Amino acid sequence: MLIELWINGKKVNAEIEPDMLLIDFLRKQGCFSVKRGCETSNCGLCTVFVDDKPVLSCSVLTARAAGHHVVTLEGLQEEAEAFGAYIADQGAEQCGFCNPGFMMNAVAMFRENPDPTEEEIREYLAGNLCRCSGYEGQMRGIQTYLAFKREKGASE
Amino acid sequence: MIKIAKYVKVKSLDEAYELNQKKSNAVIGGMLWLKMQKKRVATAIDLSDLGLDVIEETPEEYRIGAMVTLRQIEQHAGLNELTGGAAKESVRHIVGVQFRNLATVGGSLFGRYGFSDVLTFFMAAGAKVELHHKGVVTVEEFAKMPRDRDILVRVIVPKTDQKIVYLSQRNTQTDFPVLTCCISKTEEEMRCVIGARPGLAVCLRDEKGILKSGITQESAAAFGAYIRGTVTTGSNMRGTKEYRCILAGVLAKRALLKICEMECEG
Repeated sequence: MLIELWINGKKVNAEIEPDMLLIDFLRKQGCFSVKRGCETSNCGLCTVFVDDKPVLSCSVLTARAAGHHVVTLEGLQEEAEAFGAYIADQGAEQCGFCNPGFMMNAVAMFRENPDPTEEEIREYLAGNLCRCSGYEGQMRGIQTYLAFKREKGASE
Repeated sequence: MIKIAKYVKVKSLDEAYELNQKKSNAVIGGMLWLKMQKKRVATAIDLSDLGLDVIEETPEEYRIGAMVTLRQIEQHAGLNELTGGAAKESVRHIVGVQFRNLATVGGSLFGRYGFSDVLTFFMAAGAKVELHHKGVVTVEEFAKMPRDRDILVRVIVPKTDQKIVYLSQRNTQTDFPVLTCCISKTEEEMRCVIGARPGLAVCLRDEKGILKSGITQESAAAFGAYIRGTVTTGSNMRGTKEYRCILAGVLAKRALLKICEMECEG
């Protein structure tokens, strides 16, 4: 079937199979940040935005995304770069495979709630699994980033 | 994993109903549970274009479209005010935000899953489902109905004056619940719904009049003991039936005491 959708702001027309999952379509379009982790809708590695909402691309039909705007980490470079440095500074991740999904959902959280509490962070990111770490480094990275943002906001 | 031969975004409920009469076709809802099945679907029926992704408010009720996501339930101010946050509490432990942005109310209820937090909550809240062919039935009734090929259109939550508390027990964050418990107290009755038994949620009432003189530490404990002795549970990888009975009693007592606190606060 023929579909039209937007990937990172670019209009894409494609012929797809009716059961093609969005994750497979996005990777075929060169968005290799989108990772397949668990395949059971549980790990959050494949997180992308559909109309600005974070969703699991392993569980959405590409056909359903037709006519909508999809954003992957490739389309969020600026926003992700600033925050990503704080995660890297903490040496939070070892293999880094979960990073793109985590970055996507963290960005979604910052947009929705610019100054979350520790409990709110844990709740928002509960669906992003990391099997190397114990999430402590990520938590420190997020909190240091938020402190930097607060300071920046106060001095402006 | 599911295989789909044809995909249709239907233009009307009639079209969806007609297509769904064929056993090899399926309404895909949020597709989260369906995706996990080894199933061949001839035509996947998508209700996305029917405007069923909104929560409408009337003076008497909230009308929740079948394609409303669990995240919308979690974030809806009116519904959460009405239920004292129980609506949010019933869904916020389900996997993660990304999952809840996909999972639909219609899919969660139509499947009548044993593990369902959503079914437990709506049953206790006295909600009804609107089925395209059969019309409106209570969630309690719907849960007992044999599975058929009707289309769930929306869920209707009456604006009844009620105190409602939702509790669940999980072995680990984001996992399926070991047991769910939702108690609702209205002028007329008290409904105690126990779900994830691991069978379908059931609604138990105060048939012995244990709470007729109000909720106190003693009556709550007695009601907890009654639930523990009455509810039928089973064993699976998450817990034994004995453990579940104990949990049901404890959660019922805790929920009642919370309701008592809410009543004192007015």
